[in-house]
Amino acid sequence: MTLAISAGLLMAGAVYLMMQRDMLRIALGFTLLGHAANLILMSAGGTAWREEPFGEYAPGEMGAVADPVPQAFVLTSIVISFSLSILMLVTAAVGKKDDYTRPGRDPLEEDPADKSIDEDVDVSFAHDSNDRPVDAGDAAENAGAAGTAEVKE
Amino acid sequence: MDFGISHETLASLLQLYVAIPLVAAGLLTALRKVQWLQDVVLSVVLLAALGGAGALIAITSDGDVLAHGTGGWAPGVAIPFAADMFSALMLTIVSVLALACVWFATASGYSREPFFAPFILVLMTGVFGTLLTADIFNFFVFIEVMLLPSYGLYAMTIHRRGGSLRVAGLRLYIGANLFASTLLLVSAGLIYATAGAVNLGQLAGAAKEDPAVAIASGLALLSMMIKASVVPTHSWLSRSYPYTSPAITTLFSGLHTKVAIYAIYRWYAVLFDGDSRWLWIGIVLFSLTMLIGVLGAVGENTTREILTFHMVSHIGYILLGVAMFTELGMTAGIFYLIHHMVVKTSLFMSTGAIEVKYGTGELGKATNMMKREPVLGVAFFAAALSLVGIPPFSGFVAKFGLMLAAWEATEYVAMIMMVVVSLLTLVAMLKIWNGVFWGDTKQPAPDPAAGQDPDGEGATLGGGVAIYPESDGTSESTSTAVSATGTATATEPHDTEYKDSHRVGGWLAAPAVALAVLSLAIGVGAEVLMNWSEVAAQGLMDTSSYVEAVNNH
Repeated sequence: MTLAISAGLLMAGAVYLMMQRDMLRIALGFTLLGHAANLILMSAGGTAWREEPFGEYAPGEMGAVADPVPQAFVLTSIVISFSLSILMLVTAAVGKKDDYTRPGRDPLEEDPADKSIDEDVDVSFAHDSNDRPVDAGDAAENAGAAGTAEVKE
Repeated sequence: MDFGISHETLASLLQLYVAIPLVAAGLLTALRKVQWLQDVVLSVVLLAALGGAGALIAITSDGDVLAHGTGGWAPGVAIPFAADMFSALMLTIVSVLALACVWFATASGYSREPFFAPFILVLMTGVFGTLLTADIFNFFVFIEVMLLPSYGLYAMTIHRRGGSLRVAGLRLYIGANLFASTLLLVSAGLIYATAGAVNLGQLAGAAKEDPAVAIASGLALLSMMIKASVVPTHSWLSRSYPYTSPAITTLFSGLHTKVAIYAIYRWYAVLFDGDSRWLWIGIVLFSLTMLIGVLGAVGENTTREILTFHMVSHIGYILLGVAMFTELGMTAGIFYLIHHMVVKTSLFMSTGAIEVKYGTGELGKATNMMKREPVLGVAFFAAALSLVGIPPFSGFVAKFGLMLAAWEATEYVAMIMMVVVSLLTLVAMLKIWNGVFWGDTKQPAPDPAAGQDPDGEGATLGGGVAIYPESDGTSESTSTAVSATGTATATEPHDTEYKDSHRVGGWLAAPAVALAVLSLAIGVGAEVLMNWSEVAAQGLMDTSSYVEAVNNH
């Protein structure tokens, strides 16, 4: 029962955090969700057997040993959710408005609440050895303005 | 069919589907500066996968099942790899699509991004693994193996044309998929807790007998429905797929959701044993998926957004096959799955090629493509007719089969829905046709290579990737050359650049054309694929040989 309560609390916290606006909180929510899932997996092996599945046991004692299969599952899923947490935290750190998660598609459609936030922070995933960093914005400013004017004629 | 090799040896070779791409990916990561090696290894591995899948079709065409326990452990202890006709068909089609997508990505320049080839290879490892494994937890692991490189591929060109939409799309994509994966993980735990195993062989029919297992398995199906973007959990797909680069949307469209569909088919057949008590839920959800998906598509205004909503709609069609759970229904559903993967990829490629060269996918901005790019126009038109279900193409056979199955299963509402949705599909396809391929001959085409960004500054929709070098010399020299010409043309007067000569070369148009032709071939020679689908459907209707093979490998 304790495991069920803990998993339930974690799940509730996860759902609450995932409904928040900032990417950082959402990422934390997913971390909690992963913890809840891992607790559920641990409980799947049965909670009555608490001995660790190492060392030598006589055939009669095997009943007290925890099921090692869910432990292997949890071990795998921890690594996976760990890598995904890292990725989510990276996506929280990039983006024009940092970790704010409500972008508008069109400047006109944008949330009026956004107006105070600076729009022109560059997005960049750091890498690129061969290619020059391309700044599409500048080129568009020079040529695009004239180009779109012509298109509209 | 007899290959002169024992059944066990053949079955143990199934593991190569995971081993070879993974090793090749590691190799290419180490040698990532050697561009020619990347291309060669990638194509060779994918071609080998295609060859192996063809052989598997031959082996399993009489309903035979290959199964192998990894590591030689006892059945039930080892992770089983199993292949029947359904897996073989899926392996074949995903190999074909991966090859075509890699071709498209190479032609449009995306393959020069760092780690492109290793990412694709790890992605394919995951796809092959999910199709071959017969263990739910291992399926989850392979799903993650498939998804993690996808996130990298999604973010790949973010430094060129990123912006808030691309980042937001990536966040949504990761969020939705991580949530669904965690749900699958939880359900694997609950299945283990209630049934005592996660091995499909040992779980055969477990959900039909025990309601506790049924709830746990239902959770697993729910997670797969989120991944397949079934209504009401469809909106993540239509708001993340369109915002990455065209080549990557194309690649994903054939793989991720279709793996989820495969899982739903397989698990409902094995775990639930086709339990007819719950089929009505499927009928309701998947009919709604068809309808709401296509309504979203009609309402959209860029090619890729329309096509992603269409994907949602057609996922409803495909899954209706399993929701009827008759032999005809399953056959039609599997046929539809294969047809749809081909056609959808072709559509994404023909419109994606325009996005790459004209910088926008928005309707009405780069028009008159039938005159400018007649080859692409024909390829798009053919694939669009196939999607709608017009006779010479594969879509007709698929839709006709499905409607026949719905009639036979007395699901008349679903059948009427199929007809109505087909009409709406036609409306949306004509919308693309009018907005992109038809239009004013005098309207100049925008040219991103000259620095014109038709969607406006900082836009994230559309390709906007004409900055990629076109010839395949050494990347350093060409990229500087292009940057030089790019800035030079940008300062020149604009009326000289609006030439209506076509920009999409044969190399870039070829994969779209090839897949459109494949759709026509499937339509004309439907008998072959129909027979294979029937064998696959029989394997799902009666899972005893699959289960037996997994239990006694």
